[in-house]
Amino acid sequence: MKINLHDFKKIDEFEWELPESFRSGMRAPVHVFATRQLLEDALGDLSIEQAVNATALPGIVGHMVVMPDVHQGYGFPIGGVAAIRVSDGVISPGAIGYDINCGVRLLASNILFHEVEGLIERLSFALDEACPSGVGVKGAFPLKGNELDDVCRYGARWALKKGLALEEDITRTEEMGCLEGADPDQVSQRAKERGRTQLGTLGSGNHFIEVDIVEQIFDPGAAQAMGLQLGCITVQIHCGSRGFGHQVCTDYVHDLQEAVHRYGIQLPDRELVCAPIDSQEGRAYLGAMRAAANYAFANRQLLTYGTRQAFEQVFAGKVRDWHIRQVYDITHNMGKIETHLVDGKKVKVCVHRKGATRAFGPGAPGLPAEYTHIGQPVLVPGSMGTASWVLVGTQGSMERSFGSSCHGAGRVLSRTQAKKEVNGETLRRKLEESGIVVRAGSLPGLAEEAPQAYKDVDSVVETVVGAGIARKVARLIPVAVIKG
Amino acid sequence: MMPYNYTKTMQENALSGHEERPHTADWALDIWGPDFLALLSEAAIGMFALIGGHLNDGPRQPRHLSLIEPDRETLLVSFLSELVFLNESERLGFDRFQLSLSGLELEVDMDGGIIVDQTKQIKAVTFHNLEICNTSRGLETTIVFDV
Repeated sequence: MKINLHDFKKIDEFEWELPESFRSGMRAPVHVFATRQLLEDALGDLSIEQAVNATALPGIVGHMVVMPDVHQGYGFPIGGVAAIRVSDGVISPGAIGYDINCGVRLLASNILFHEVEGLIERLSFALDEACPSGVGVKGAFPLKGNELDDVCRYGARWALKKGLALEEDITRTEEMGCLEGADPDQVSQRAKERGRTQLGTLGSGNHFIEVDIVEQIFDPGAAQAMGLQLGCITVQIHCGSRGFGHQVCTDYVHDLQEAVHRYGIQLPDRELVCAPIDSQEGRAYLGAMRAAANYAFANRQLLTYGTRQAFEQVFAGKVRDWHIRQVYDITHNMGKIETHLVDGKKVKVCVHRKGATRAFGPGAPGLPAEYTHIGQPVLVPGSMGTASWVLVGTQGSMERSFGSSCHGAGRVLSRTQAKKEVNGETLRRKLEESGIVVRAGSLPGLAEEAPQAYKDVDSVVETVVGAGIARKVARLIPVAVIKG
Repeated sequence: MMPYNYTKTMQENALSGHEERPHTADWALDIWGPDFLALLSEAAIGMFALIGGHLNDGPRQPRHLSLIEPDRETLLVSFLSELVFLNESERLGFDRFQLSLSGLELEVDMDGGIIVDQTKQIKAVTFHNLEICNTSRGLETTIVFDV
């Protein structure tokens, strides 16, 4: 069924509702956070149809949330949030995604860009060396014996025990870098085989390490709490659970094809298959998903270790303080058990966020002490060559979007189209002419991730801020990009 | 039911084909063939075409797969997922497939080698809107890959 702008009810300038009556089988309305222009863009692919399909998941409460950076995925849109009652609802691996706990980590420094401008190219080489990326690459941390199970159980805390993390890295990571209830026994041998050699690698696709400068500060108090200083360099690390998470999702999407029939669940798309949260299948997936999430936390931690080595190699002895400190690490593909207010009542839900960031407001449980008064940092990387944003969650996000906000710029061009329109080598030259050093494993891969393949991240941020589901802290601009 | 053998490659079979379909975030491939085994073989060849590179000059690497699934769509996803795993774990690609089907029990003998200069990686095969339909081109479907 074609979805048009006139099918929506405008709630305000930044929020639109597609009512539950739009199509039979919907169990909740869809709320899209977007300007009129961003909504029209979203109607250009299957994003909103996928959001409508997701409302068929049993136990969904409130409304299906769609972020302004939404784009078409498979089954569930990228940029979608669905809160599903734990008591009688389901969990859907496809609504969390293949790259379980794909996320972003931001590191801050006291290094002024203008003091090290001539060293940025060397830094990009050092980062590329210390953080393996690209197709088929293996990590520098091969796991022996039962070590992979320990990674699954303890996540970034495993790295702390191994001396590969600082205590502050852990406290400034969502869930302290470890989801409780991870069960490596629910993970297939095949997933473990894929994951065993990939820990500490960036991978390929849209994953990257980016060196940025803090270009603007909007909330000096929050920026100070995060250690962000105007003109200083920062590092963003974007990656997830590598082949390990992909195999976990592949296994459970396969296995639950049969379970939906057994539980009598009707769905419009087989990629949305699910099982009751409180069932043997649901518990098994939760245990495996948490194991993959912990793998991803450990992975970003090891890439942080590599990043620190690169900084030491390039800057030690050249600047007074070359250390980098963690600002925060957030996930944007995850299912989390949380309690939210629904129709005035506290309800325990499994919040499925796929391409959406948790954005808890001030005072929310689980935030590090230094962020309790400002809210949870929300990291919004832009497209390569454009700005990125540091935001914080608000009370509004708790009330309107199940404590969630956007996760990036959001694609507008298909990979095929981007490759047709953009030449990888030309793009690299243009980026370098504008002062951005690029290290890329594949030029066609670089072209697929060209800035013009994405929405304007500033418009996305203005929308979530206008809607009151996040608040601006700082804007970052890139000076070096390392891509697989 | 007697197994049906399929040994042709795409190049040899003008009735089969694949074509990349634009997808905002990932990759989608239209695949068609005169029958189900041709469709499976074509899907594999199309998938390897997407990831790029070429087989090295080293020794050929034969592999055998046995799969049983409840329906054709699941069989297609499982077959391609096996290839994704072999590609990631051993960097293998395949260009020759001999398939036989008995009911929904699939046997595959395939032959390939190590892929060099692979530019892209397919990380998963999805069920998104997956339906194998009868069309004027025989059997046809669109499969979406996670990249």
